[in-house]
Amino acid sequence: MRFITIDKKSWANGLENLCENYRLFGPVRDNNHHFFKKLAKGELPDFNYLNTRLSPKSIVYPQSETMFEYSLDESKEDHHILKEINKDYSLQALIGIRPCDAASYLLVKCNFDTPEYKDPYWLRAYESTIFAGLACGNPRSTCFCTSAGCGPFHEDGLDLLLVDEGENFIAKILTSRGENFIKSAGWETETDPTAAEKIIKDMKIKAEEKIASFVSTDQLKNKLSIKLYDAPFWDDIAFACINCGTCTYACPTCWCFDIQDEVSSSSGLRMRNWDSCMYPLFTLHGSGYNPRNTKMQRVRQRFMHKLKYYVDKYGDGIQCVGCGRCIRLCPVNIDIRRVCDMMNKYED
Amino acid sequence: MSEYLSKIKEISERLLKEEKVEIIIGFRKGTVPMMNEPCFAKTPEQVKELVWDSNCGINLANYLTDRKEKIGIIAKGCDSRNIVTHIIENKIKREQLFIIGVSCKGMIDKNKITSMFENEINEVSEDEENIIVKGEGFEKTLNKNDVLQENCKICVHRNPVIYDELAADLLVEQKDVDRYEDVRKIEAMAPEDKWNYFDDILSDCIRCYACRNACPLCYCPTCFVDESRPQWVGKSIDPVDTRTFHFLRAYHCAGRCTDCGACERACPMGIKVRTFTKKLGKDCLELYGWEAGLSLDERPPLDTYRPDDPEDFIK
Repeated sequence: MRFITIDKKSWANGLENLCENYRLFGPVRDNNHHFFKKLAKGELPDFNYLNTRLSPKSIVYPQSETMFEYSLDESKEDHHILKEINKDYSLQALIGIRPCDAASYLLVKCNFDTPEYKDPYWLRAYESTIFAGLACGNPRSTCFCTSAGCGPFHEDGLDLLLVDEGENFIAKILTSRGENFIKSAGWETETDPTAAEKIIKDMKIKAEEKIASFVSTDQLKNKLSIKLYDAPFWDDIAFACINCGTCTYACPTCWCFDIQDEVSSSSGLRMRNWDSCMYPLFTLHGSGYNPRNTKMQRVRQRFMHKLKYYVDKYGDGIQCVGCGRCIRLCPVNIDIRRVCDMMNKYED
Repeated sequence: MSEYLSKIKEISERLLKEEKVEIIIGFRKGTVPMMNEPCFAKTPEQVKELVWDSNCGINLANYLTDRKEKIGIIAKGCDSRNIVTHIIENKIKREQLFIIGVSCKGMIDKNKITSMFENEINEVSEDEENIIVKGEGFEKTLNKNDVLQENCKICVHRNPVIYDELAADLLVEQKDVDRYEDVRKIEAMAPEDKWNYFDDILSDCIRCYACRNACPLCYCPTCFVDESRPQWVGKSIDPVDTRTFHFLRAYHCAGRCTDCGACERACPMGIKVRTFTKKLGKDCLELYGWEAGLSLDERPPLDTYRPDDPEDFIK
């Protein structure tokens, strides 16, 4: 394991070097919120942030993405043929992504990269992305990452981890892609691994101690799905829900999409857009029948998927990294921590 | 507000015990600062969970739509006006309701308060006049009137317009409030500036429909944006579609919107959704002398015809 010390004085210069080989994305501030944006040459990411309002999942998986274009003009030779859109899959880097958001990409990967199906759009974008994480020294009150299989210094899903040490960043290189990234920036000051590990470990313990919010998930696997499905608490949990898509759109691990054709005169686009299990339309059949016709059923689906079906299917914990966005943004204060605990301790 | 709350609980408990209602709709304390959660109580035990403070900005009339049972509902001024609108539009029957009226001194704007502090806010409490904000390394007392939701600042119907019992004395309504200063500014803009201004307001929209779904008026079984045969509006975040959604939704609320502010409060992106509905509210006031939800005995101007209706727009 290599550790590099990056003097903050050489930060801007390094980023400028990186621009030669990578499309850089980083957190920037807009009014009172941070969001991930493509950095122009010379533009610096703003690391003085807790986390971005929405997750950076959209960098690899945009809310609306065009898949094909076609023409309906029969005088053209290639009419009615779906043609792939050329996209830029050159190397890109997410600089300063929080460990929870980086870990979320691995959860989403379970869905987009399976032995049977490989989603070409998501995978190509994902494989062209370097994850340069920023350790989280100051978690929010709604962060519960440590009990959601993650943590403020979590390394899974990252190519390197940056730790802010005041004057310097320590970069812990985790993959060969991370190695190339650091080389490309021209940061060369190697530091003693034992000393660096010690510093990082101490900071990690401090950060983890600041996490004040937790969920219990240990019993979820043992519960019968049908019992949880029929549990009496869903009406209470779902009552306030207005069935907007805020929680699912803000969530770094929600992956559902809908495919739509948009035609204007004789040319058309086939796009995919984020969809949400909170919407009635999500499950509406062509026949007009809707198997999830009530909001309680939809709310139950969202929590059962994240906290039970996913747990059973993949065996690696809940489909949640504990970023707390859904808690902060829900217009009516539906709190996944409360729901998770109710499910975990439910005895029929 | 604590005297409100004990009265709310006393009435609610009585209604449930005497079986006058089957369910009480109110709020319980939220899990994060400046948020309460709409909830129901079906037993006197559950009534203990109810709260009432300056974080009850969600419009509870939204939770009445098409319910069948006898309901007790806690209603501030705007909720009561939307209850009236619901009754007029046949979304609930007056006889089903026991309205617990609460005169309202305004709800606080969590976005505004959050933006006043660099660090995260961990706790917000209140007394009669003040909001006390605590976070890591700071504590500040704010005057409540300075941090009200924009719609609450200019509200002239703080008292419930319809109720069966009051949980607090009625207030003296605000007088001489200039409610439409912001609308006049936009009206005065050149068309191009107006267009850019609207585009700018909507640029962050993620089409989550929180504004629509928090709105008691938006109860259509299938909203026009969800229609697929024909599909009126695209589902991507193309600005044309986003604009179409917001503009048309506002028109659907014309003469019905009470400016309760639930749409703006619900928006996760802080979009000033009321910009659109307010203009139509102003038009209805100026053209028809109409404010929505004030009376059960009068039909809204857009579902009636009167010979003297203004028709200057016909050229």
